[in-house]
Amino acid sequence: MPEQLVKFYQVGSFVAGNRLLDPAERSVQASMERSNTLTSGHRACQGCGEALGARYALDAAMRATGGKVIAANATGCLEVFSTPYPESSWQLPWMHSLFANAPSIASGIAAALKVKGRTDVRVVAQGGDGGTMDIGFASLSGMFERNDDVLFVCYDNEAYMNTGVQRSSATPPAARTATTKPVGDEPGNVFGQGKNAPLIAMAHEIPYVATATVAELRDLEAKVERAMAFRGARYLHLFVPCPLGWGAAPRDTVRLARLAKETGLFPVFEAEHGEVVSVSKIRRPIPVEEYLRPQKRYRHLFGDPPRTDVLARIQEIADRNIRRFGLVDGVPEPADDVMRLIAESERGPQ
Amino acid sequence: MRSQIEGSQAVARAVALCRPEVICAYPISPQTHIVEALSDLVRTGELAPCEYLNVESEFAALSAAMGASATGARTYTATASQGLLYMAEALYNASGLGLPIVMTVANRAIGAPINIWNDHSDSMSQRDSGWIQLYAESNQEAVDLHLQAFRLAEELSLPVMVCMDGFVLTHAVEPVTLPSQEQVDRFLPRFEPRQVLDPADPVTIGAMVGPEAFTEVKYLMHATQMQALDLVPEIANEFTQAFGRSSGGLVQAYRSSDADTIVVALGSVLGTIEDVVDELREQGVKIGALGLKCFRPYPADEVRAALGHAGKVVVLEKAFAVGIGGIVSQNVRLSLGGLPTRVYDVVAGLGGRAITKRSLHGLLADVLEDRLEPGRLTFVDLDSDLVARELERTRASRHSGPRAENVIRDIATVGSRPY
Amino acid sequence: MLFEVRIHGRGGQGVVTAAELLSVAAFHEGRCAQAFPTFGSERTGAPVVAFCRIGDREIRAREPIAEPDALIVQDPTLLHQVDLFAGLKPDGYLLINSVRTLRELGLEGLAARFRPERMLTVPATDIARETLGRPLPNAALLGSFAAATGVVSLAAVAAAIRGRFPPDVAEGNVAAAERAHDHVRRPVAELSRA
Repeated sequence: MPEQLVKFYQVGSFVAGNRLLDPAERSVQASMERSNTLTSGHRACQGCGEALGARYALDAAMRATGGKVIAANATGCLEVFSTPYPESSWQLPWMHSLFANAPSIASGIAAALKVKGRTDVRVVAQGGDGGTMDIGFASLSGMFERNDDVLFVCYDNEAYMNTGVQRSSATPPAARTATTKPVGDEPGNVFGQGKNAPLIAMAHEIPYVATATVAELRDLEAKVERAMAFRGARYLHLFVPCPLGWGAAPRDTVRLARLAKETGLFPVFEAEHGEVVSVSKIRRPIPVEEYLRPQKRYRHLFGDPPRTDVLARIQEIADRNIRRFGLVDGVPEPADDVMRLIAESERGPQ
Repeated sequence: MRSQIEGSQAVARAVALCRPEVICAYPISPQTHIVEALSDLVRTGELAPCEYLNVESEFAALSAAMGASATGARTYTATASQGLLYMAEALYNASGLGLPIVMTVANRAIGAPINIWNDHSDSMSQRDSGWIQLYAESNQEAVDLHLQAFRLAEELSLPVMVCMDGFVLTHAVEPVTLPSQEQVDRFLPRFEPRQVLDPADPVTIGAMVGPEAFTEVKYLMHATQMQALDLVPEIANEFTQAFGRSSGGLVQAYRSSDADTIVVALGSVLGTIEDVVDELREQGVKIGALGLKCFRPYPADEVRAALGHAGKVVVLEKAFAVGIGGIVSQNVRLSLGGLPTRVYDVVAGLGGRAITKRSLHGLLADVLEDRLEPGRLTFVDLDSDLVARELERTRASRHSGPRAENVIRDIATVGSRPY
Repeated sequence: MLFEVRIHGRGGQGVVTAAELLSVAAFHEGRCAQAFPTFGSERTGAPVVAFCRIGDREIRAREPIAEPDALIVQDPTLLHQVDLFAGLKPDGYLLINSVRTLRELGLEGLAARFRPERMLTVPATDIARETLGRPLPNAALLGSFAAATGVVSLAAVAAAIRGRFPPDVAEGNVAAAERAHDHVRRPVAELSRA
């Protein structure tokens, strides 16, 4: 059948349908030969961003390696919903040990493969934000520091979801969780805490660090493929909305991920050996409110009267990200000396 | 080849002869010489192929070992004391998953107060972790037990810890015969894993198990470990045939078959005890000793058979269960159920305090002359006055201060003692 | 027959190595030997004690040596600070690393309780400085020990040293041991004849 020339107008996203792409560039999911590494039958919630992200990420890793991946999984939602005894959704060799040690398990697997000369088999370790950034942080840093040949994927839904939505170091300011309720002077999670895992990963100067969201799935796949082209420690930080934990509609998962990026709250970029090498631009920055409103975990900001002070602080975080990472064309990144001048002027005469 | 070397060096060489493929190591006194020696052997290529991982903690060490073992590599690590505790979560995980890792525990006290010297509180604290526990009496036995441990671990698909007294054995220089590589290769075949992460045949390891099956899985763990009660002596016998000397086994009796009083102990203190037994025998005392070589699984039948005829059993241990009493003594008492034997619970050597022949003679005189109460925890060489003064301090004032520092200040003259 | 040696010194002076080398020397001569230190965290300058037992049967006991047959004191600044002489047997040997005499060290009274020909001072640090270029007295003291007690031979001590150190370091240490051995042997022989 001859190909039709069809004009498409892209709005709202860079996502391109498979029909527009060269077959070699199409989504892994478009192929009947895809691995279905995380196959159907798992028990994830409707609209689970993590299940979506894991499926795309692992299938991309499998394609990049000819199906030779071993996975180490931390305790968490993904591990629990994917292995409801006596069933398993995993169609690759997969090991779950503890909450805090997925990176170490992966280091051990990589060492064993190396000693056995199996350089064709690659290792992916994965876990949620709690397991990666809090309890597993030492293990992660150790793996990075040794530059073990492991790709670590962090599925960031910004709280300890499997145990009932408790605050983690990835929980954003003002967000409601079971341990950061919207009561008291500072409702929700406090400002001035948290850690930036991708930047910390970059500080280890590992070969490849990237962030991605489940709104741009082809981008996610491309980053996994790129990661698999490197040897050594690699880190992928994946933004995955959680309908249950965030109080959002299951159908909004992809949309919320897109809004997180388009507001600037979640910068999407790649870095190699500690330096940012590419940034996914925001075409038209969206005010943070549009992203926050559909989530019940921020409902307390939209009461009567609305907490415009808090919203302004969240907007400032987004704006700072835009400046810092150069996410919007025409908004210049401040030069280092400019920042120093500003800081000096703020300190006043000495 | 027989040589005069440090225990740690001997163990490192023995481990190297077992051809481990992945070694993960985090340093802690008094195990450091072992992991340093192994690092050298890997770097020089004397131990190859082998991947040596310098990990960031003991928790990482055992976790990496688990990943490697699950991928089909023969794996080894070593630790002590605080490090063993730090990997406690992983210990249970390794045994639960059935990974045949061999680990040396250079027995050292657990803090607080921090103490780097030898006792058994570390391995005893993990006696229920599902690991097989073997205790070496000498550096020769430590060497031999590592060889047997790999055989045992891989046959049962269970992890094994080889316990050797920190500093007392690890840093002692004494004669050790190390086998040749050919001998070890004949004794210890290639690792054939029961489960392996392999893309050619994917498996899921570490699934959640709910109430419907957890009991059965745990029962199987217990049943498997109990199989070691048969396998340990079997492997020890094979070892004797292959290497010409006796090492390991479940228990080892010393002049106890006709003894009225038997001293039970684990590890290096048995050497001192055997000297004391000889001295008392010369005086006509019918006394003997029983060494427990395998503590987990606990060889209840063998212990009963060895001790059942004795009127008095003195269990001398380098640890105790705070709030209740002896650990080994409880287990021994269990084995002697229904028998009229009097069992004495004695604790000695805590935190590296030397167990001297003199103290042992004093203790045994008290036992033989019925000055000791069976079943009541006795602390050898306890400075009762010192203890009483601290208790009085606590009673007299709410702000009595940190306990350990009070006691040390009270002793005052530590630095000027001869040793 | 069991011969028990206790060695005192400070961290960094090779006390632990001394005990080890002594045990290796005995091993070379077909004896059974055991050496071990008291242990502290690594710290230069802290008092260190090491033990060595030499016998003809397997040595099983693990306790510190409470009643040594010989005491080697590598650092005289420990005198009057640590109760070094505790337990020394009446027929025991004492070797102190010092250029001074026992009287000058204030130990005359102590020495009188033992056999005088077995109470020796050896300028081991000076000998080491000359032969080795470093103030490490342990090898020298082992040479003196061999001469004074005859429990191990100088040749065995030299073999132990050569087995432990690379050639350039070993030869300096062996020379130290030989010098200190000769230093002791003549006066001991003289004292014994008296």
